[in-house]
Amino acid sequence: MSADPTGARDEGFDDFVDAVAEGEGYYLECDSGHGSVPPRRVCPDCGGSDLTETPLPDAGELRTYTVTHVATPSFSEDTPYVTAIASFGPVRITGQLREADPEELERGMPVELTTARSATTDRRLLAFDPR
Amino acid sequence: MTEVRIAGVGVTEFGNAPERTGRDLFGDASDDAFADAGVSRSDVESLRYGNFMGELAERQGHQGPLMAEAAGVRAPATRYESACASSSAALRSAVRDVRNGEEDVVLVGGAERMTNLGTAGATEALAIAADELWEVRQGVTFPGAYALMAQAYFDEYGGDRDDLAHVAVKNHEHAIGNELAHYQDPISVDDVLEAPPVSEPLGLYDSCPISDGASALVLVSEAYAEANDVDAPVAVTGSGQGGDDMALQDREYLARTPATNSAAKEAYEDAGIGPGDVDFVEVHDCFTIAEVLALESMGFYETGEGIGAARRGETTAEGDLPVNLSGGLKAKGHPVGATGTAQVAEITKLLRGDHVNSDAVADGTVGLAHNAGGTVASCLVHVVEEVVA
Repeated sequence: MSADPTGARDEGFDDFVDAVAEGEGYYLECDSGHGSVPPRRVCPDCGGSDLTETPLPDAGELRTYTVTHVATPSFSEDTPYVTAIASFGPVRITGQLREADPEELERGMPVELTTARSATTDRRLLAFDPR
Repeated sequence: MTEVRIAGVGVTEFGNAPERTGRDLFGDASDDAFADAGVSRSDVESLRYGNFMGELAERQGHQGPLMAEAAGVRAPATRYESACASSSAALRSAVRDVRNGEEDVVLVGGAERMTNLGTAGATEALAIAADELWEVRQGVTFPGAYALMAQAYFDEYGGDRDDLAHVAVKNHEHAIGNELAHYQDPISVDDVLEAPPVSEPLGLYDSCPISDGASALVLVSEAYAEANDVDAPVAVTGSGQGGDDMALQDREYLARTPATNSAAKEAYEDAGIGPGDVDFVEVHDCFTIAEVLALESMGFYETGEGIGAARRGETTAEGDLPVNLSGGLKAKGHPVGATGTAQVAEITKLLRGDHVNSDAVADGTVGLAHNAGGTVASCLVHVVEEVVA
């Protein structure tokens, strides 16, 4: 089943998730060293158009998190689940923290980026594991 | 540059009306606005209409001309969509065109149907204001996104759920006696803290309700008001709009809303005022934390200082800067497309003296309306002032 309800495949995003699934996540780096996540035509910081795929650091750091109890129908059987934003070098990524006790979550916690599947739809999503 | 006057306002009751259509709701709001304005429908030169989820809730697109019909107006009509800030985007376009002399009489408003979708359906519909690829697919809901901001705020600047609970308690208190409000009953801090969690740290009473409703404003140029002897003692004197990265993850600071800073700065400059000149504010408190972030970004508090404002009593009806005297989105309700122009309608009544809370701002002449879309990737701020005769 396509992850996109419309059946579309976004080259920038879906290539990124494929790469993460292979353990080869990357970010886009411009000539000035700014980082961003795809899809980008230009660097959002400086407008530079020469963007290079640069390997993501293996270790990320939890920046913020929430335990969601009221979900959309697409995640109704996943509740409660933890959504978080973690920083990996110059970029930040949103994903679900799958194997962590909500009581032990804290900012700065080391995580790594992986993929997982929704218990409700079996669609692929970005996920973090504690490191 | 001509001054933009608010000749009339109309707002339906916000609440549960799943059996009513959007056109029925907007028809009511515009009826009230025309009656309040004493302006002929035939003088209206355009309708600017805000709506967010009409395709999902009503299977109805192209709502501009539909709502012109509902309002009994034969004029060009356009729908504006900017998530929860849709009708403020419509208002800004109208303010600009009246000012530059393009039009003299404009009907502005918005409506939303939500309760017919149920909680899960409305949660899904609201989530489309977030980035589908990077956020929604990872399970980010609308409350979830604000919860991420709230947790980041706690970790960065301090404050806790108890501080946020005071925001909810205050706004419920303000809604008592506001017959248009979804909730008109007081709640306690314990009620908020003990409510079921939605997306931690936010619970049910940190969140605005899912509401149906509509609002409308009749705007006229100063010249039209004078020529037609229209009583329009309130003016929109400033308009500002700001933008930000769509997804929260792309922002440098997770507990700040720079789109509000930009919108407020532009609106203040446009009106020739500063935050110190503002007597009271209606802010976009879709969640309790949102009120805190808005007050900081609009210059009323330093970053990290706003979270204690309600607890300290500074933003209550009796405080130095009453915030959300209407009850805010939290208690008045948040039919998203109707919210922006409803805020301006409430401010107009507060200034004119015909609002249940007008006594709280009896000497006030300057109100501010803050309306945000998504996690404040869109923001509009309008300055609304009593005209000195």
